[in-house]
Amino acid sequence: MNKHREALTGYLFIAPLFLGLAVLFLYAFGQNIFLSFNDVGVFGERTFVGLENFRELLQDPVFKRALGNTFFYTGLGVPLIVSISICLAWLLNQKIKGQVFYRTAIFIPAITLPAAIGLLWRWLYNSQYGLINFLLAKVGIEPRAWISDPDIVRWSILIVLVWASVSYMVIILLAGLQRISSVYYDAAQIDGANTRQIFFKITLPLLSPTIFFVTIVSMIGTLQIFDLIFLMIRADTVAYQYANSLVTYFYEAAFGLNLRGYGAAISVVSLILIFLITYVQFRLQKRWVHYD
Amino acid sequence: MTKLKKYWIHVTLVLISIIFVGPFLWMFLTSLKTYEETIQVPMIWLPDEIQWVNYQIVNEKFPFLTLYFNTVVVVIATVFLQLLIASLAAFAFARLAFPGKNLLFLTFLGLLMVPGQIFLIPHFQIIGVQLNLIDTLTALVIPNIFSVFGVFLLRQFFAAIPQELEDAAKIDGCSSLRIYWQIMMPLVTPGLVALGILTMINSWKELLWPLIVNQSIEKMTLSAGLANLIGEHTTYHEQVMAGAVISVLPMVIIFAFFQRKFVESIAQTGIKG
Repeated sequence: MNKHREALTGYLFIAPLFLGLAVLFLYAFGQNIFLSFNDVGVFGERTFVGLENFRELLQDPVFKRALGNTFFYTGLGVPLIVSISICLAWLLNQKIKGQVFYRTAIFIPAITLPAAIGLLWRWLYNSQYGLINFLLAKVGIEPRAWISDPDIVRWSILIVLVWASVSYMVIILLAGLQRISSVYYDAAQIDGANTRQIFFKITLPLLSPTIFFVTIVSMIGTLQIFDLIFLMIRADTVAYQYANSLVTYFYEAAFGLNLRGYGAAISVVSLILIFLITYVQFRLQKRWVHYD
Repeated sequence: MTKLKKYWIHVTLVLISIIFVGPFLWMFLTSLKTYEETIQVPMIWLPDEIQWVNYQIVNEKFPFLTLYFNTVVVVIATVFLQLLIASLAAFAFARLAFPGKNLLFLTFLGLLMVPGQIFLIPHFQIIGVQLNLIDTLTALVIPNIFSVFGVFLLRQFFAAIPQELEDAAKIDGCSSLRIYWQIMMPLVTPGLVALGILTMINSWKELLWPLIVNQSIEKMTLSAGLANLIGEHTTYHEQVMAGAVISVLPMVIIFAFFQRKFVESIAQTGIKG
C-alpha cells in the first residue's frame, strides 16, 4: 500500500471521532469561553460584556461559598479517599479466604445510581427516624439534623462522598497491588523485614504510580462534585447554601436561572482551578512517585 | 501469617463490608415495612409482616418500566457507537501512518483534562436547540459516543498485535478495513469488553446532562427519573426505599454474574499507559 493511500485510510478511520470531537468538544470549548464574556438571554441573544461576568463572580458571596465548599470537599475528600482506599486494598490483598466476597461487598456503592445513593442516605440521615441517629443514641451521642443543619451539612456530604468514592478506588488500587511482583516481598522477608517495614518501604513506593493515578482521578471527581449535593439537599433550604459546590452553582446559574454567560464564567473558573491543581500535582509527583 | 492475625483481618473486613452493604440492607428492610413501622420510636429492625405491596404501589406511581426501557436503549446505543468510533480511530493511531497523527493525538489527549461542565452549555445549544433534540433519547447518546479515553485505552491493545499478522494479511490482499474488522477486532476483544463495561457504568450513572436536556419523564433514564422521585414523593419512606431497591437490584445482579470482568475492566484504567 503506498503512502498516500495509507494516509487517506488513516484519515477515514479517524473521521467519525474527529468530526464529533471537533464540533462537540473543540468548538464547544471555544464557544463556552466566548460565552463567558457575554450576557446571554433566555433566547440566546448575546451582548458582549468583556470581563464583567468574572468581576461579578469575585463579588458574588454565593460563588465564594461554592468555591470554599469545593475546596473543603477536595481538600478533605482526596486524602481521606486515597488513604482509606489504600488500607482497604492492602487488607483485601492479604492471603485470606473470602476475598471475592469482601471485594463484591465494597464495590456495590460504585454501581449504584447516584439518585439511589441520595435517597438512601437521606433516609439514613433522617433526624427523627434515621438509622444513624438511632445508632449514635445507643452510644450516647445526641441526635443531629445531618442534612439541614448548616454547620454540619458539608460533613454529611463529605461522608457519603468518601463512602461512594472509596468503593471504586479500592478496585484500582487492589489491581495495582496484585501487579507488584512477589520477588520484592520474598527478598524483604529473607532480609528479616517486618510487616510495617514491608508496607512502607516496599508496598507504598511500588504502588505509587497507582496511588498517583487514584489521587488525580479523585481530585478531578471531587472538584466536580454535583450529584450528591443536588440529590441529598433540597435546593430551597438554607442548608443548600452551605453545601453548594462550583458545579451545583453552575447548574443553578446556567440552567435554573438561565444566566448562560454567568454560568459559562463559573465553568471557566473551575477549568482554570482544575488545570492549576493538576499541574501542581504533576510537578510534585516527581518527588514521590517511582516508576520502575 | 499467624492464625490470630488472619482472624483480625477477617473481623476488620467484615466490619468494613457492613459499612458498605449495611445501608443497602437497611434500604431493603425499610421497603418491607408499613409506614407506621418506618416511623416507630424506638426503632424496630424487622417488619411485623412483609409488605411486598410497597413495590406494587411505587410501581404504579412511578413509570419504572419506561425508565428502564429508556436506560437500556441509551446504554446499549452509547456502548455500541462508542466502541465502533473509538476502535476505528484507535486502529488508525496504532497501525497506520498519516501526517499530523501525533499532533491530533495530543490535542485529543488534552481534551481528557477538561472538566465536563465546560461543554454543557454549548451542548445544550448545539444538540438541544440547533439539532432540536430536546426531550429525545438521541440527545442523551450523542455526547458520550466520542471517547478520547476509549481511543487511548484501545490503542494499546491494537499496538500489541504482532506486525507479522498484519503483513501476512496484506500479502493475501486484505484491505485495511478487513484487517481492522476481521483480523484485529477479535484480537482486541478484552479491550472492547473493558471499555464497554466502563462506558456502561458511566452511562448508567450519568445525571447532569440528562437533567439538563430532557424534561419529560417519558424520555428520562432511570438515573434522572429517580432524581425526580426525590423531589416529588418523599413522604412515604417505605415506598421511596422500594423504588430505590428497584433501581439498585438489576445492576447488582448483572455485577454478580460478571464480577471478574467488572473488576478487570476497572483495573485497566489504573495501568499507566
